[in-house]
Amino acid sequence: MNNSFKILMNGIVRENPTFVLLLGMCPTLGTTTSAINGLGMGLATTFVLIASNMAVSSLKNLIPDKVRIPAFVVIIATFVTIIQLMMQAYLPALYDSLGLFIPLIVVNCIVLGRAESFAAKNGVLDSALDGLGIGIGFTLALTILGIVRELLGTGKAFGISIYPENFSSLIFVLAPGAFIALGYLIALINKLKKV
Amino acid sequence: MSKLQSSFPNMALSLITITMISAAALGFVFELTKVPIADSQRERQLKAIRIVTPAFDNSPAREQSLVATSNGDSLIIYPAKRAGNLVGVAVESTTNKGFSGQIKIMVGFNSDGTIRNYFVLQHAETPGLGSKMQEWFRDSVTASRSVLGLNPVKILKVKKDGGCVDAITAATISSRAFLDAINRAYSAYRNYASALTSDNNLKTEMEAGK
Repeated sequence: MNNSFKILMNGIVRENPTFVLLLGMCPTLGTTTSAINGLGMGLATTFVLIASNMAVSSLKNLIPDKVRIPAFVVIIATFVTIIQLMMQAYLPALYDSLGLFIPLIVVNCIVLGRAESFAAKNGVLDSALDGLGIGIGFTLALTILGIVRELLGTGKAFGISIYPENFSSLIFVLAPGAFIALGYLIALINKLKKV
Repeated sequence: MSKLQSSFPNMALSLITITMISAAALGFVFELTKVPIADSQRERQLKAIRIVTPAFDNSPAREQSLVATSNGDSLIIYPAKRAGNLVGVAVESTTNKGFSGQIKIMVGFNSDGTIRNYFVLQHAETPGLGSKMQEWFRDSVTASRSVLGLNPVKILKVKKDGGCVDAITAATISSRAFLDAINRAYSAYRNYASALTSDNNLKTEMEAGK
């Protein structure tokens, strides 16, 4: 039990994919223009992570080493397409704002990274927990970054107006603002970790 | 169970099995979601038509027609009728002149040709700049921004190009593209309306001649 908890927390804190491992920067910077987009992207990635980790760890003995990467990519791509179709059918509003980034989960290095470094060496249950942990860590990071950028860029948080838009600085919604906000967040987290 | 060796038959077999299972799973999910996806798209379209046209009691999607614009391409027109009379028209207009990617809007015209309302169906403009088009051009406080109630007989232009519409601050390209889509919609609407009138005239003449 203690060990499972450790695996779960590992992804959220010690190996947080965005703030510590700095993996998956493309969706991180691209989708976090608002808090709700960050949250949606995080949850979609979490689903793919759990599913692909479980599939890879249960198939690990049936996949010869030399073809493991193509096999993993096919498995991941399958789950991504499933979630894309599901989202399009049942959550069309979210699909409209994330649509472009959903296929990018296939090449998100976090998913392949966890399949290769964790799921291919551990049991199904542990792999699912690792996927959940990393997924929660990624979702938290994206949501925080989304809130910061939305708040500074448009004066809103989750679409609710906090202060008048005239005082906000638009750059935080654009690409450069994504780098600036992410940089400061990483610095802040490193500072907190040292204390 | 020990790990499979990386021999050629093993590798081929393993990859083929995985891709076949994946393909079957995808086919199943595709069949499962085909109907809901089509439904949600139709609903979205109907919602947009409802927003831009006066209340109607026909099925605009079923009576849609493809009408040529003056530039040589065609747009889809959805007629809104109440008790058989045309009360307004929704035009699904597109433009590729945007800052990034295609812009798709539903434009509603009253039967006298004035713009009743519009709804942005799809765009990929910069968030915070061009993306404001959904609200900007219907601003009721600053009248010079609004395109509602205008009759684009004369092509609509932004102020910078000598027109009468205020462009979105720092997003002139997006604004130009938006007005381009409106102008194209109007051009299609005009062709549709004139075809309708000549049709009616023909009908009246035939009835008179009988």
